[in-house]
Amino acid sequence: MDKKKIDFKELVRSNAVTIMFVALCIFCMVFSNTSVSYVLMAMVGRLSRNAFIVLALIIPIVAGMGINFAITIGAMAAQIALLWVVEWQITGLGGFVLAALITVPLAAVFGFLIGKLLNKMKGQEMIGGLILGYFANGLYQLLFLFIFGNLIPLNTPGLVIKGSTGVANTISLQSIKYALDNIWSVDFGTALYVMSGVIVVYMILMAAFKKKKEVSAIVITIVLGVCCAVYAFVPAVADLFSMVTVPMITFVVVGFLCVFNNAIMRTRLGQQFRAVGQNRTVANASGINVDRIRLIAIVISTVLAGWGQLIFVQNMGTFQTYGAHEQVGLYAGAAILVGGASIRKATNKQAILGCFLFHLLFEVAPSAAKTIFGDAAIGEYFRVFISYGVIAMALVMHAWSGVQKKKKKALSAQ
Amino acid sequence: MSAEFVLEMKNITKRYGENTVLTDVSLSVRPGEIHALLGENGAGKSTLMNVLFGMPVIHSTGGFEGKVLIGGEETHVLSPHDAMQKGIGMVHQEFMLLPGFTVTENIKLNREITRKNPFSRFMGKNLETLDEKSMSMDARRALDSVGMNIDEYTKIHGMPVGYMQFVEIAREIDKKGVKLLVFDEPTAVLTESEAAQLIKVMRQIAESGIAIIFITHRLDEVAAAANSITILRDGKLAAVRETKNTTIIELAELMIGRKGEAVVEADDRTPPMDEIAMKIRNLYVDMAGEEVKGISFDVYKGEILGIGGLAGQGKLGIPNGIMSLYDAEGDVELFGKKVVLGDAGAVLRSGIAMVSEDRKGVGLLLDQSIEDNIVFTAMQIYGEYLKKYGPISLKDQAKVRSVAEKMIKDLDIRCFGPTQHTGTLSGGNQQKVCIARALALHPKFLFVSEPTRGIDIGAKKLVLETLVKLNREQGMTIVMVSSELQELRSVSDRIAIVSEGKLVDILSPNASDADFGLAMSGIKPSEHKEKGDGAK
Repeated sequence: MDKKKIDFKELVRSNAVTIMFVALCIFCMVFSNTSVSYVLMAMVGRLSRNAFIVLALIIPIVAGMGINFAITIGAMAAQIALLWVVEWQITGLGGFVLAALITVPLAAVFGFLIGKLLNKMKGQEMIGGLILGYFANGLYQLLFLFIFGNLIPLNTPGLVIKGSTGVANTISLQSIKYALDNIWSVDFGTALYVMSGVIVVYMILMAAFKKKKEVSAIVITIVLGVCCAVYAFVPAVADLFSMVTVPMITFVVVGFLCVFNNAIMRTRLGQQFRAVGQNRTVANASGINVDRIRLIAIVISTVLAGWGQLIFVQNMGTFQTYGAHEQVGLYAGAAILVGGASIRKATNKQAILGCFLFHLLFEVAPSAAKTIFGDAAIGEYFRVFISYGVIAMALVMHAWSGVQKKKKKALSAQ
Repeated sequence: MSAEFVLEMKNITKRYGENTVLTDVSLSVRPGEIHALLGENGAGKSTLMNVLFGMPVIHSTGGFEGKVLIGGEETHVLSPHDAMQKGIGMVHQEFMLLPGFTVTENIKLNREITRKNPFSRFMGKNLETLDEKSMSMDARRALDSVGMNIDEYTKIHGMPVGYMQFVEIAREIDKKGVKLLVFDEPTAVLTESEAAQLIKVMRQIAESGIAIIFITHRLDEVAAAANSITILRDGKLAAVRETKNTTIIELAELMIGRKGEAVVEADDRTPPMDEIAMKIRNLYVDMAGEEVKGISFDVYKGEILGIGGLAGQGKLGIPNGIMSLYDAEGDVELFGKKVVLGDAGAVLRSGIAMVSEDRKGVGLLLDQSIEDNIVFTAMQIYGEYLKKYGPISLKDQAKVRSVAEKMIKDLDIRCFGPTQHTGTLSGGNQQKVCIARALALHPKFLFVSEPTRGIDIGAKKLVLETLVKLNREQGMTIVMVSSELQELRSVSDRIAIVSEGKLVDILSPNASDADFGLAMSGIKPSEHKEKGDGAK
């Protein structure tokens, strides 16, 4: 009995950020006047366009480099690629895929440089990445204001500021809008059935090959079955989801990244990520090239972040040339922390949950503020304040749990 | 391989610049034997091992002279990794284990068994999938061979320290082609029963044909486990012995030896034991690498008490703990008044001063002048050397100058004047500034920690003479902590020997080398004799 009590306390303490956020989301939901079905629709959209970039943060965290705020630079690489795809007027999925391909070498080179620098400032990777993002923003502006359009002419109308120099403030992406989303976009019911079907088939196959425990396979199958049944036979529930359309391929891509994150951890390289993340001295003593492993982690993360940004803007259909990348690192970092990750530990589940909660608050905070204060701008202000607060809180909690651990150790030593 | 020795190191000499740390040292280890390597700190044990493992610190400082033969063939070990491939393994004193990994993952770290997968075919070996089943099978085998029945899927985190040691050993054994294992102070963190178990395991390993070099300071364990023993002293080979032909007493003597002549010889006297100056009871200090685990003793007024022992055994923790520079617990009384541990200012105000072993870190403000250094603490603690102008207080420059000049004269600090920065002084003179600073507090009780570390012999003499003078002329009670036994024996009235965070014994400076040797390895000399008598 006593033990259970302590465990509960520990549970609350280690998930304080997540619990606080759930409470906050519920509070805002209650006060916002938006309908649940509208929120659900918006959330599916937000999740599809933001999850990828949040997932890109996992590998550097596991490799002990904290939250990679330098993903901002990956986003810049994606935007450079997009500019040229628009300039060459390549449309549709072809344009999107080409942009993704161009992003790879760009982001890889940037990631290599970031990694080199971060290896020189071990222990200060987060602040380093953050400042590097600001610095790179300056170079990015130089590139877009002066070099593109002047030294390297751009011919597509609307891409250059009229009567001035440099790339226009906003780049319209009508040509590749929804390139990925619209390959296969279905209503919620279809999506639910298809997903459940795939998962159940997978479970049966796994169980057949004795790779997974049968009990858990049966439990998951039953849960999915119940979900499908509720959706099919309770019209009220189906109504809630009536406005939702699910971009299947986008979610498949996100799913692939989750699988990738998991699979890489089961390889030799993944083992090295984890070893380096836990203790560089020990890793080094067993012959692991620590600097190289950290470099690889950052390169992968930067490239993934670039793709994440592409997914984001193809969904938006337009992007702010000089601002779209600025908050990427901050929001993604806050989101993963909200999901219960720390700067030392992160999983796919935490990333997805965090992304959901964080953006749910983004969705409902303005309207809740409008109800309470009569002004939506306060909600707007509120969510920026929250994202900084979440990061600060995660850092404090990390330091605090370190002190706590030391105290516990001292106590047990005596 | 039919070579007589699995490892031979012949006539190894190693210099760091002018400083010769190893002179003509040889070491030979037969296959399947446990060979103990004994020596005080600074005797050259770790340098010899660094040579064996090809550590970067050796290569970057000009290499070494002499030959290393592995299995009878001359070899050049280029790096620790190279050493591993040549069949030499190390069981570290500080565990090289990852807490978040399972036992298996730790044993197989960076030597994982992998299977090919579609990606690894064109992306390289690093992306091959881990073969967890065969990894854990290997781990199981290694764990069994060290007699450990812990589950190979357990995480290291939260495991008892003793288990970690065995996991570490299992990892070394699991490496293919291991011929020689070096155990660096393996029993230091173990309980008695775990240590006994470890020695049993070491014997098993040796029986399987793997040779072991056993570095330790516990002489009784050497006698119990080793087949033969090499003893180093001052970077030179002191002796090589077969265990069956020697005694612990002889080993203790060989390890300590007389090192040259004393630089200072204080007159012999009967130690003053009239009034207790400081009473220490159950002192625990949490100082990394120098933990004190429950020490009690008294210091008498007017004496010089030496505290000796090997490095890392806790002797430095005593002054640092009482001065509250590190977390400490226990009862300390100064002339009958309780000293509150945990508040460095209060401890200083109670009349205890300390000359720190970390001269450049804690002892001095290197960018400040000599005079500022001397009065700094007194100014902070007592508000001396200050002129008050209402709420504002300013430094009383004239008074500071006169005190500094007096100290410079009394302690013979060689400098251009009181305004010279301490960073530009020689080590010996810096040490004197530290002493002056402590004296400026008018202490009743003085801790001096490693006063002669890193200073030349002339300066050593001056510093020690200063301490003796302070004691004899002003009756200052001094506790001096030092790694140099010779130095302690020349100036102290009594010498306390600390081992593994506990007080072993308080000896007279005239006690025999063997007694000091035994005490340093944690055996109380009087008790050992009794045991010996009992056997007869």
